[in-house]
Amino acid sequence: MAQDVKKLQGRTNHLITWRFIKNRLMTVFAFSTILVMLCILISVLITLFINGLSGLSFFTLTHMTAPQGLPGGLLNPILGSMIQVGIAIIIAVPTGILGGIFLAECSNKKLSTIIRFIADIMMSVPSILIGLFVYILLVMTMGYSALAGSVALALLALPVIARTTEEALNMVPSAIHEAGFALGAPKWKVILFICLPAAKGGIITGILLSISRMAGETAPLLFTSLGNSDWSWNILKPMASLPLTIYQYADSADDTWIKLAWTAALLITFFVLCLNLIARIYVDRHRKKD
Amino acid sequence: MSFFQNKNLRIVSVVGLSFAFFAAVLPNVKAQDVVTITGVGSSFAAPLYQNWAASAVKDINIKVNYQPLGSSAGKNQIIAKTVNFGALDMATPIEQLTKEDLVQFPTAIGGVAVVVNVPGLKEGHLRLTGDIVADIYAGKVTKWNDPRIVAINKEITLPAIDIAPVYRADGSGTTQVFTSYLSKESANWKKAYGSNTSIAWAVGMGGRGNGAVASMVKNIQGGIGYVEYAYALQNHLNTAQLKNVAGDFVSINEDSIKAAAKAADWVHAKNYDVDLIDTKDAASWPIVSTTYVLVPAQNKNSQEVTKFFRWGFEHGDAIANQLHYIPLPVVVKEKIEKTWEYAGVAGKEAKAK
Amino acid sequence: MLLKQAGYRKDKKIIPYLFTSLMWCGGALIFLIFLGLIFELFWQGKQAFSVFGFHFITSTDWNPGEQQFSAGAALVGTLVSSCIGVVLALPLSFGCAYCLNELMPQRFSKYITASIQLLAAIPSIILGMWGFFILVPLMSQYVQPFLKNIFGNVPYIELLFSGGTYGIGILTAGLILAIMITPFITAIMQESFANTPVMLKESAYSLGATRWEVMHQVIVPWVQKGVVGGVVLGWGRALGETMAVTFVIGNAHHASWSLFMPSNTIASLIALEFSESAAGSLKMSSLMALGAVLMVISFVVLFCSQLLLKQVLKSR
Repeated sequence: MAQDVKKLQGRTNHLITWRFIKNRLMTVFAFSTILVMLCILISVLITLFINGLSGLSFFTLTHMTAPQGLPGGLLNPILGSMIQVGIAIIIAVPTGILGGIFLAECSNKKLSTIIRFIADIMMSVPSILIGLFVYILLVMTMGYSALAGSVALALLALPVIARTTEEALNMVPSAIHEAGFALGAPKWKVILFICLPAAKGGIITGILLSISRMAGETAPLLFTSLGNSDWSWNILKPMASLPLTIYQYADSADDTWIKLAWTAALLITFFVLCLNLIARIYVDRHRKKD
Repeated sequence: MSFFQNKNLRIVSVVGLSFAFFAAVLPNVKAQDVVTITGVGSSFAAPLYQNWAASAVKDINIKVNYQPLGSSAGKNQIIAKTVNFGALDMATPIEQLTKEDLVQFPTAIGGVAVVVNVPGLKEGHLRLTGDIVADIYAGKVTKWNDPRIVAINKEITLPAIDIAPVYRADGSGTTQVFTSYLSKESANWKKAYGSNTSIAWAVGMGGRGNGAVASMVKNIQGGIGYVEYAYALQNHLNTAQLKNVAGDFVSINEDSIKAAAKAADWVHAKNYDVDLIDTKDAASWPIVSTTYVLVPAQNKNSQEVTKFFRWGFEHGDAIANQLHYIPLPVVVKEKIEKTWEYAGVAGKEAKAK
Repeated sequence: MLLKQAGYRKDKKIIPYLFTSLMWCGGALIFLIFLGLIFELFWQGKQAFSVFGFHFITSTDWNPGEQQFSAGAALVGTLVSSCIGVVLALPLSFGCAYCLNELMPQRFSKYITASIQLLAAIPSIILGMWGFFILVPLMSQYVQPFLKNIFGNVPYIELLFSGGTYGIGILTAGLILAIMITPFITAIMQESFANTPVMLKESAYSLGATRWEVMHQVIVPWVQKGVVGGVVLGWGRALGETMAVTFVIGNAHHASWSLFMPSNTIASLIALEFSESAAGSLKMSSLMALGAVLMVISFVVLFCSQLLLKQVLKSR
């Protein structure tokens, strides 16, 4: 191969040299785009660490947010985020898995194609619109509440979980499927006790990825859980969350608040990146097993 | 196969333990007689109310949840009665007060500072007039070395960079105060834009709340903005001097705001609606305003609100001074007490104490 | 065992029925949420549509003091900022996908693919913060004066780069959007490129084609639709992005030719104005109507992208 190339180059022909120069140029261009993207990623992470790490202390993690000028922490937003994402998962996982089963097993192909199409679109629908929808649905009737925030987050996660469940179910070898039927098990038993466990890896990956998306979502919470500078366990009352706190603090000009916003940002990013890595490793391991 | 393998149990227990940890460190302020009141409104007054609240809870067992969503929000929500009190930076006309059955009283006085971010400029040295500021916000003066600015700033050199006007994007009492000042100073401004809680700005960019305006001015080279004095100080922003009615250039500070507050006629003002813009005293800062609270009349919850503000009037002056607000004169505080009693919103028990 | 079987026999009819109906509910839920979303936004925005009529879309007035609301300025801001995002993201993601799929050995590309995908996982509000504190000063001090120097004297194009170099504005918003959607588009391009039959590539190489010629003349024509679909999907995401944009766009209700000027997008306008709109007011209705407009645009864009992608990725 290399000899051929040399031979070609030997018979110097402008066209040929230009071809190789172009090839070289495009290679340089491609590598530089990679470099740009990696630089951006590193810049974001370094900025987060430099600005966020100094505020990360035991005090921050164990004290509630305080008014401007007083020392405060991030306890209530951390807890609020955990609770709201937790409730959202409780809502979204069963419904999402049911939706996924429907997509994979529905005998009416036309219908399932339409719903799959809608689910794909729902995955990319602006999250702020989901927030408006839940505002109309729940907040206008019951007032701002953590529950409304969770529902909004759940609506974001639902199509993701449904589609990943469907894909995971479709990956289950049909031999396993048929073996179940051959043993005389009814369809629901085959799906629930044979296919779903076999597809566990894919489904859990989908859930992890949707948790990581929900943890950082701000726009839908703005209209639903409102934020709270205080703490209450009542999920029918407004509740604080990390993204909302960042939104409020980063927009202020108070240095300690901006620092706390960076710390909150660092916490979320760290959490989200960890979840992503776990999901990736999980996928890799499952692939190797297969 | 099962979802309850050891590994999963371990994850569950870690999550559970961390919850337990957070539950344990959550301070238990669930004393039985603590009342929570909710307020929404002016972001100018937020540091004051929130700091008062943090100190008052020990004395009077009232917790205040104050959300600085802007004066417009404060007015809207108190009319809708979704909160216990609304906080505004401008007086509400008496017709609306009677129509909605609300009681209005002032809580503190503050000045609106014009803040700038011009590289190489020493703190508090830039001089501006109301007319020039109006033209900057109208897009007629666009460079910091505009001849009109240079003419009154002979001793400093101004760079040839663009002026980036920043305004409040949310409906705000600060905007109302600032635009009324511009309307008084410039006839062109009055004709083209007028004054309101939010107007159709010609140029510039918007920030959400006093804080965002301050942070945008801080971050953008060539920025100019208007924020409450407390925000300008806390955020170490460079304030500009303004020419007042007496023809003097004054810097914004406690004394110049106090001078303006003194010049006003509090005793005869109906509903505390005093005009503190462009007062005639030679030492007074031209853009000064009062911040108000609205509560529903003849209402039990309002009594808790007044209990809280009485605490603020009696014990909160030190905090107010520390946060660079000007406390109300004693005469006004006494008058407010009478207003509360008249409107049936004075919380009695606290006074006995 | 016997007991279990007996129990099983008892619910033999109920459980399958229950299961199928639950399954159908799961599917129907997705459908209903989607319909409900569209319907509710229009229903709540009805008041604004009836008061302003068609002017709601075409006018650029926004003055809450005088109860004047319209979508024009925000609509222009949304389209322009997202288009800038796509225009910048297209070469970036193409380069990344080309490099990762064709140029790099697999053991490196695996990790780099993963780290570029990590960029997609960073919450948008954090990219917004980063943009505001890091990118905006860079833009105002270096990039914008530089662009002004180059294009400042070219007729017509200078219009795009006129005005103050504040750093905040529609160009910066487009840049942040480009950063956000590049990983998405890269992922789809990588998947499409990988779908090209190896036979085709190998035969081109055997004819002496360079790597770029294989890319340009074999792979790209083969996966054209996938690439376009990926780009359109990225565009759809950029349209509705809220938090990252809100930080850097400047929240001004203007539509201007200059890319340096502060502007607004529909999503950031809704986020900004929402908290101070009283329920039931004309303003709230206008915000809902804005949401409906955004829904329609993103639906059309996402619909197109899905149609394009279906045809390519099906062959997997």
